[in-house]
Amino acid sequence: MNAASPLIQISGLTKSYQGKQVIRDLDLTILDGEFLTLLGPSGCGKTTVLRILAGFEGVDCGTISLDGHELLAQPAERRPVNTVFQSYALFPHMSVWDNIAFGLRMKKVPVAEIKARVDALLETVQLSHLAQRMPNQLSGGQQQRVAIARAVVNKPRLLLLDEPLSALDYKLRKQMQVELKKIQRQLGITFVFVTHDQEEALSMSDRVAVMQEGRIVQLGTPRSIYEEPATLFVARFVGESNVFDATLVSRIDERHARVALEGDECTIDDGGRFSPGDRFHVMLRPEDLRIGEMTNGQLPEGLRGTVVERNYKGATLESIIRLANGTEVIASEFFDEDDPSFDHSLGQQVAVTWVPSWEVVLPYEQ
Amino acid sequence: MINNKQPLMWLPRVLVMLGVFLFLYVPLLLLIVNSFNANRYGFQWDGFSWQWYLKLFNNEGLKVAAGHSLVVAMLASTVSVLIGSLTAVALFRYQFRGKQVLQSGLFVVMMTPDIVMAIALLALFATIGIKLGFISLLLAHITFCLPFVVASVYARLRGFDHNIIDAARDLGATDAVIFRRILVPLAMPAIIGGWLLAFTLSLDDVIVSSFVTGPGYEILPLRIQSMVRVGVSPEVNALATLLLAGSLLLVTLSQWLTWRAGRARPQSV
Repeated sequence: MNAASPLIQISGLTKSYQGKQVIRDLDLTILDGEFLTLLGPSGCGKTTVLRILAGFEGVDCGTISLDGHELLAQPAERRPVNTVFQSYALFPHMSVWDNIAFGLRMKKVPVAEIKARVDALLETVQLSHLAQRMPNQLSGGQQQRVAIARAVVNKPRLLLLDEPLSALDYKLRKQMQVELKKIQRQLGITFVFVTHDQEEALSMSDRVAVMQEGRIVQLGTPRSIYEEPATLFVARFVGESNVFDATLVSRIDERHARVALEGDECTIDDGGRFSPGDRFHVMLRPEDLRIGEMTNGQLPEGLRGTVVERNYKGATLESIIRLANGTEVIASEFFDEDDPSFDHSLGQQVAVTWVPSWEVVLPYEQ
Repeated sequence: MINNKQPLMWLPRVLVMLGVFLFLYVPLLLLIVNSFNANRYGFQWDGFSWQWYLKLFNNEGLKVAAGHSLVVAMLASTVSVLIGSLTAVALFRYQFRGKQVLQSGLFVVMMTPDIVMAIALLALFATIGIKLGFISLLLAHITFCLPFVVASVYARLRGFDHNIIDAARDLGATDAVIFRRILVPLAMPAIIGGWLLAFTLSLDDVIVSSFVTGPGYEILPLRIQSMVRVGVSPEVNALATLLLAGSLLLVTLSQWLTWRAGRARPQSV
């Protein structure tokens, strides 16, 4: 597996349904052996990209190459690409074994080899004992594993997964996330995974492509998506966030500036992007915020407000602070039982602060 | 359920059920009994007898008509199953111009009163110059059987997740393979059910047939109709009993097929 070599190159992809553009001039490179997730709200075009890659949909314009060969010219049945459907789409009149063997039979693989490969894969997904069952005799999780086995038994260059875990309950979903990652590592197949669940995307992927209205708005590692969102949309869609309106008051040096933020003034690291009078947004994750209490009748410098809500979350304590101008801020702190001032009381005057330069500065949007 | 504490609570229910079953089955029972009754007029029981059945088997005209009926029913149901199944597959698989029109068109044919259909077909055959007889009868039967076959096969296919077709293509199946290995096996119970339905519809049609067949090609229902014009003969009782037995067999068969197919259905997706 060479993680650096591109497997799929999509360029200038455009697709519309009944005059409405669902994919707009989309470019994307998928690397060989990676786990790439297309993340976005419903209707953002992520499933359409998947169906185009599989060959179920045509395109208006654009090209897709796989290993340098044009993919769009090939019909779905000849592409080295397989799909795991959201509804599993198992063949109801065939046993588990026959479902998995279907693709190999289509390719006219010798009978002995089919048997060996299907049996080996049934072992991998731990379904050997159910080989002769019909799909309607299986639980949702078992059907899911048959659907995955039926696709990967063909050793595709690219496996497409269309929200495959959305029909499972929470616990099973967590378990299947781990199992999917394991299968992907074992087989070294490139996965393109579609989901609207940002937590799922962050925990499973090598890279995440966040989509909005038919475009990819950000592509990067889960960490960079979470820590350095490129737009307000990404910041709000991935994880919880506090977004503040800010106006630059004066520059301190090349990197830092004094900024009017929700009625208070503080120092921001904007990298020198803005001049006095410019408006922009400052984004902070709840877990990056610290809550400072009054010491000697004096609040530390920060955004001043009152605690209006406290939610106990097990490992963390979530506080909601209402600032002087009415904006509410969510802060999530890990327990520190040795700190007497940790448990803030409702109505208490506090100041919200953060570690300098952990703030994310985003261009102004309406 | 029978309630032990109030022993008479179940009585009205049983009486009503008894009444319903009497209402439904007394005519049929009377017919069956009379087909074995030695008495010609059936007003009283004169002892058990096979004579009407024997007489039936010696009635050449009736046998010829029955043969015609079977041939027409077989051909009409088979042809309408072939055309109808393909139509249902097309409706399920493809989006095409006029799909809606086709669907409503089939529905209209299903809802059209037999007498209107009969006149329409007669007018058509007269206009294009098809002589009334076997061909016209067969075409007419195919016409009125077709929508029922389409409806039955399409309803079955629609119960399946549409993605299984994409899944099959994804796994390398061509259109021909999808048809043979996926669609036909899945639809098979409905195809057989549709065939049985079409067969029954064709076999006992009187109205349309009486308009579109000629004197040279008589079929069973029309023959029976002409026989009972002068009073119900015991031979007709015997014939009706045989037909009833045949229909029961077909119904049992189609029920069994549906039951077996039910086990191959996917869980709700």
